[in-house]
Amino acid sequence: MRNFRLIGTVAHRLALLVYIAVALFPLYWLLKIAVTPDKLLYTEGVRLWPSHITWSHFRFVIENSDFPIFFRNSVIVSGSTAVVVTALSSLSGYALSRFSFRFKFWLVGLMLVTQMFPLVMLVAPIFKLLSPLGLTNSLTGLVIVYTAFNLPFATFLMQSFFDGIPKDLEEAAMIDGASQFTAFREIILPLTLPGIAATLGFVFTAAWSELLFALMLISGNDAATFPVGLLGFVSKFAVDFGQMMAAGVLALIPACIFFLLIQRYLVQGLTAGAVKG
Amino acid sequence: MTLAARPIEARPLMRRLAIAWEPYLYSAPTVILIVTVMLVPLVVGISYAFRDIQLLNPFSGGYVGLAHFRELWQDQAFFEALRNTVWWTGASVALQFFFGLILALLLNVPFAGRGLVQALVFLPWAVPSFLAGLNWAWLFNPVVGPLPHWLFALGILSSPENILSDPNLAMWGPIAANVWWGIPFFAITMLAAMQAIPADLYEAAAIDGAGPLQRFGSITLPFLAPTIAITVLLRTVWIANFADLIVVMTGGGPADRTQILASYIFTQAFKRLDFGYASAVSLVLLVLLLIYSLLIVALRQTVLNRS
Repeated sequence: MRNFRLIGTVAHRLALLVYIAVALFPLYWLLKIAVTPDKLLYTEGVRLWPSHITWSHFRFVIENSDFPIFFRNSVIVSGSTAVVVTALSSLSGYALSRFSFRFKFWLVGLMLVTQMFPLVMLVAPIFKLLSPLGLTNSLTGLVIVYTAFNLPFATFLMQSFFDGIPKDLEEAAMIDGASQFTAFREIILPLTLPGIAATLGFVFTAAWSELLFALMLISGNDAATFPVGLLGFVSKFAVDFGQMMAAGVLALIPACIFFLLIQRYLVQGLTAGAVKG
Repeated sequence: MTLAARPIEARPLMRRLAIAWEPYLYSAPTVILIVTVMLVPLVVGISYAFRDIQLLNPFSGGYVGLAHFRELWQDQAFFEALRNTVWWTGASVALQFFFGLILALLLNVPFAGRGLVQALVFLPWAVPSFLAGLNWAWLFNPVVGPLPHWLFALGILSSPENILSDPNLAMWGPIAANVWWGIPFFAITMLAAMQAIPADLYEAAAIDGAGPLQRFGSITLPFLAPTIAITVLLRTVWIANFADLIVVMTGGGPADRTQILASYIFTQAFKRLDFGYASAVSLVLLVLLLIYSLLIVALRQTVLNRS
């Protein structure tokens, strides 16, 4: 019986090791090629680690290419989208959590519908609608589009966090003469900081990764975000593997930082969302 | 006492109106943005399906009725994309679900260092989709990637070549990337649902002498069933529409063998700038997804009625 349990434990740990290896291997390979000197790339074949390493690809990408501009554009777009979405969705999430009003059913329905239809349908009409307004090839246009796309999910997420806070808190404040908005701002918002952090993280990562609308709406290098820049780079200089992967590693950094910040809320937050529906 | 200090009739009409309007004020910015950026383009896009809209042709823009749909009926690439969509979605969802469920079961057992392990195995979920696509395209590239050489050594490939340029195997490239990228999502959802199962159920079952397999079959699975159903259904729709990996890894090639409907729509709009035809394909995709959802709802009703 004890042997049986021991074998079970060993099998469990081995299975987890396999998962970790599969999860990390592609990222490890990205880093490995990024630090492999060009002349070793072809001679050493599929060695797991090059015989010596170089940081020159990173230096080249940072000093001689447009990647700093792409990086800056992506930070501006994802950062502004995350802030705007979090601000607006905390308002609408609060409305869904605390008020019962006539159009609530329609509001929820509207947001559910936007989650069901394929966004790729909107690529052409959004381009047509934004171009006379001068919002194509502009970071503002991207922020507006990404904000709308992320609002429904963020609203539901914020609502689940507000639902977890007892109503008595703001009722007490309102009996003392505060308006509901003051109670919301001064008492409820500070209590939802973890929810706000999680929403910021989710939206930032989503905007950082968005590809299709960025490809369609942005044409020049000046307003290109990281995905657009990297794909342009791949089709233009398809042989500079070291530099492309160095750029890839750089694109990975902000997403990973945000992930590490929010990952402990992941299971918790989704549990709350799942239980509350 | 504070209540008595503010009798109802002392509240002016404006104040009562303000209270009635309050929830609308909170949700107004969200509603306005969603309607103008998503709902209006959706309706406009549906109208494009019946118009001749080509970005580079200034004389286009007239109504053409059902011409796009007649063209669609003759379009071999469209039907190929339809078949590919089913294959891509089915294989991706099944594999993501299978490996995700196993991962969730492994993580649901307490052990030292669980937090760290969880962060590591969920990491692919944080990788931007375009980067996941590029990363896997490079892994399949025989010049810089190890996979062709390993698959050759295992005897799966007859020579260490790029499967992304082999018409018969190319679809496995994006599917592999999608499975790697999507396992964490399923694992997170399943794990969250597993942690909501009351622990005393397992204790009671263990006291009654139920083995681990029996406990999985008679406690875990029935409790997870609703979550599994909802997640798989929503994920199916989502993956059917998910074109990023295919656009990045193969662009739909070789010879349209990896083109799915979503990437076909994008290619029509982005490369051929034919917005009318792209919108016609979109409308067909939308109708197919609607039928799928209605079938699911109907199926759920019959199952509910029977039990």
